Amino acid sequence: MSVLGLASQVLEIFAALALAPLLAGWVGQCRAWLQNRSGPGLLQPYRVLHKLFNKDSVLATHASPLFRTAPYVIFGCMTLACGIVPTLSTDLPLSPAADAIALVGLFALARVFAALAAMDVGTAFGSLGARREMLIGFLAEPALLMVFFTAALISDSTSLTTIVRTLSAREIGIQPSLALAAVALVMVALAENARVPVDNPATHLELTMVHEALILEYSGRHLALLEWAAALKLFAYACIGIALFAPWGVAHGQAPAALVFALPVLVAKLAAAGFLLALLETVSAKMRIFRVPEFLGMAFLLAVIAMLVKILLGAGPQ
Amino acid sequence: MSSAPQLVAVLALCAIWLAIGVAGLAALHRFHLVARVLFPAGGAVALAIVAAALPSVWGAPQSVVLPLGLPGLPFHFRLDGLSALFLLVLGGTSAGVSLFSAGYFRQSEGTAPGLLCLQYHVFLAAMALVLLADDAYAFMVMWETMALASFFLVISNHRIAEIRRAGYLYLLIAHIGALGILLCFGVLQANTGDYSFANMRAQHLSPFWASAAFLLALAGFGAKAGLVPLHVWLPEAHPAAPSPVSALMSGVMLKTAVYGFLRVAYDLLPVQFWWWGVLVLALGLASAVFGVVFAAVQSDMKRLLAWSSIENIGLIFAGIGLSILFAAYKMPAVAALALTAALYHVASHAFFKSLLFVATGAVLHATSQRSLGKLGGLLRVMPWVGWASLLGVLASAGLPPLGGFVSEWLLLQSFLFTPGLPNSFLNMLVPAVAAVIALVAALAGYTMVKFYGVIFLGQHREEKLAAARDAGSWERLGMAWLVAGCVVLGLFPAQFLDILAPVTQLLVGASLADASGGSNWLLVPVSVERASYGPLFFFAGVAASFGLAYFLVRRLYHGRLRRAAPWDCGFPWLTARMQDSAEGFGQPVRQIFEPLYRMRRELPTAFDARPRYAVEVGDHFWHWLYLPLARLVESAARAIGALQQGRIAIYLLYSFATLMALLLWVTR
Repeated sequence: MSVLGLASQVLEIFAALALAPLLAGWVGQCRAWLQNRSGPGLLQPYRVLHKLFNKDSVLATHASPLFRTAPYVIFGCMTLACGIVPTLSTDLPLSPAADAIALVGLFALARVFAALAAMDVGTAFGSLGARREMLIGFLAEPALLMVFFTAALISDSTSLTTIVRTLSAREIGIQPSLALAAVALVMVALAENARVPVDNPATHLELTMVHEALILEYSGRHLALLEWAAALKLFAYACIGIALFAPWGVAHGQAPAALVFALPVLVAKLAAAGFLLALLETVSAKMRIFRVPEFLGMAFLLAVIAMLVKILLGAGPQ
Repeated sequence: MSSAPQLVAVLALCAIWLAIGVAGLAALHRFHLVARVLFPAGGAVALAIVAAALPSVWGAPQSVVLPLGLPGLPFHFRLDGLSALFLLVLGGTSAGVSLFSAGYFRQSEGTAPGLLCLQYHVFLAAMALVLLADDAYAFMVMWETMALASFFLVISNHRIAEIRRAGYLYLLIAHIGALGILLCFGVLQANTGDYSFANMRAQHLSPFWASAAFLLALAGFGAKAGLVPLHVWLPEAHPAAPSPVSALMSGVMLKTAVYGFLRVAYDLLPVQFWWWGVLVLALGLASAVFGVVFAAVQSDMKRLLAWSSIENIGLIFAGIGLSILFAAYKMPAVAALALTAALYHVASHAFFKSLLFVATGAVLHATSQRSLGKLGGLLRVMPWVGWASLLGVLASAGLPPLGGFVSEWLLLQSFLFTPGLPNSFLNMLVPAVAAVIALVAALAGYTMVKFYGVIFLGQHREEKLAAARDAGSWERLGMAWLVAGCVVLGLFPAQFLDILAPVTQLLVGASLADASGGSNWLLVPVSVERASYGPLFFFAGVAASFGLAYFLVRRLYHGRLRRAAPWDCGFPWLTARMQDSAEGFGQPVRQIFEPLYRMRRELPTAFDARPRYAVEVGDHFWHWLYLPLARLVESAARAIGALQQGRIAIYLLYSFATLMALLLWVTR
């Protein structure tokens, strides 16, 4: 572990913490522009977080300690997730602690805590949200794992830094297995981040909400942490997409210059990804919850086909 | 005798277990002596077994011959790495369960406490001796003792007809399995008449007979382990038993079947064939999917756990199948990886499933409810049981950084090596297989959220739950021990792999220990570039950002908190019945996997005066396999019964006819 490695690790976590709300704000702003609205501005998520942190936290009378702990656990999970996806540098001290499979496990841990916390107060919407979130989760998790497996088979490793190093070394061009995996990942990311075809982040219409139903009973700092964690999750998924399918510009060596260069490249790629997300959300309509298994089943199949294609064609860079 | 110190020590400890059992029989109705002295003593013996068996994981095999049993047919016992590993699991788990039992058993429930104590300790000793047996005779005697002791424990509440029925089914399938094992040993001794395992190891069977022995072992041990389609007894018998016994049955007894299977497949049979691996893998995956899909829709908490045991056994067998596949293709390093995953899951499943079963026992005693639909909100009134179960649930759902995740991680890692197989057809099947494992793991998370959320979270679904009392101090101690097992297995995998390494070395001739390099804190199967997992760093990462967030929010802002009625979108008439019931929570799974269930639903129409909703989920195997089989047996019995006229003259005629026929045949 080098000093620079430690520095890039710290820089990466702080960049994620600072930029994640900005990404959420950028997606919201793009959505507003695409829908001919003026929008609340890029900095709106920061203002919301500041407001929520200032407010008192109101807890249901019979909420257990689990309810108060869960936001911190979820926030911790998402921070770690952002710390292990190599976005700025592949020289990360935390990277050996968790590979791609552990990253999927990390998301699962956060999801389970969110669902348990939602069931804790015992409201109708809480358990409805928990059930739907776990439904989406158990369909999306294998698909995400299969996406990682495709990349892992190409680079002979489940370590995220090795995957990024291998994938960024290949020449630019479309590989069929990676293309299929990319589509699967986008579908999974839409579902996991409560985005439009599956869920609507802007809704409070009782019968359609999933993520909002989960966090319905939260307020004040707990809600702020959950909102921040949601932004971090979106950030992490965007970074996963970038790391797997557009890994160019990530610093590999020990040079500080590369690290300085990597940050603006990352911001540019995130901006593009955010715009793409807003575009996808604008052109698609929310589907019924019963259609979600089909949607995610398709993502799962695409990811499995991507793996099959990889094995059949042996289409790797090495 | 002095050449086998550990083995003699373990045998002596088993004898102490039996003595404790007999002491229980002597003190049949002296409840306090049995509960507060004998059960904790049994737990201490279990710990002593762990201490005695631990060194022999690395040591050379030891064996003794005890002049017990029939004349000229003594019991052979042998302690090698594989036996020692399973003894560790047995001792480690049963120590916690025994401590829990000290506070659990009540005076007025079914079997008298002293008799229960006898059955319980005979059960433990028989399991330990099964692991040590070194000839077919000792193995079968111990195996049957284990089955009988557990049968009596299952029906300890024998006044309930349903429990007697479950016990009968259990006994029946246990004996079908025992027949398979007996025939397997018969094949393995290859007409030499010597039933010691040493002789079986020396035989070189033809591929046909080796496969026959393997298939018989798979059927026999699969019946005991609860592999599909021989699983039907498990969801009946495990819930019927008292909770600590369910814990031992799910946590340890199923593992003796895994042990027996490994013993036959790797130790007694000299070679493996690739299609054995594929068969075991397929059966394991089928059990895993079937188990988890049924677990997700159960509304009885112990039945849910029993189905989840089928799932976990399925995962263990999937790992074993994969390792046989690799071993058959002479890829020992990867075979060791898959086998390590399976053995790791043996240990972690033993701890988390025992923990969850004893937790349901505590809930059962506090509320006298097994049905999920009548529980809820218990975390607030039973914090000890609630928080302990939370850890068990997280481990069971395969979430980092607990024990269940490590084995899942290792299993998935070993799948990534399958493209190296020289069989292109198998290479193509692999992604599908890995996908199934991923799906099972994700569904296990769903099931466990349902289990925990419905029992421990939310509002009390019944008024009287508010008065439920938390577990007593013995029970807490037992649960704390099992929790510690889950946490240690989760956080220190590299250390536990040191114990597994000699075992995989013994079975497949390779181990993971050489690959992990110098680092003690990272799990590295091949190289750091290839894959690594460091649960301690992982845990520290989450904990540090948890702590920093907690501290900084209070420092920069404030820690004010108010309590108010739940918001629930402003809906004012909130009642406990508006929460998801167990059936409600399972509904999406029931809908997606509908073809797997045999479902009977009763839906109300809009015009019903008294609308009623009922759903019953049945097992296809029961109706497609077991009931036709039972009918066949019955009609065959009836046809044979036609011979029985009840008149002496007719029976004498039969004898006469038989004698004549025999005479004709002999003098021919």
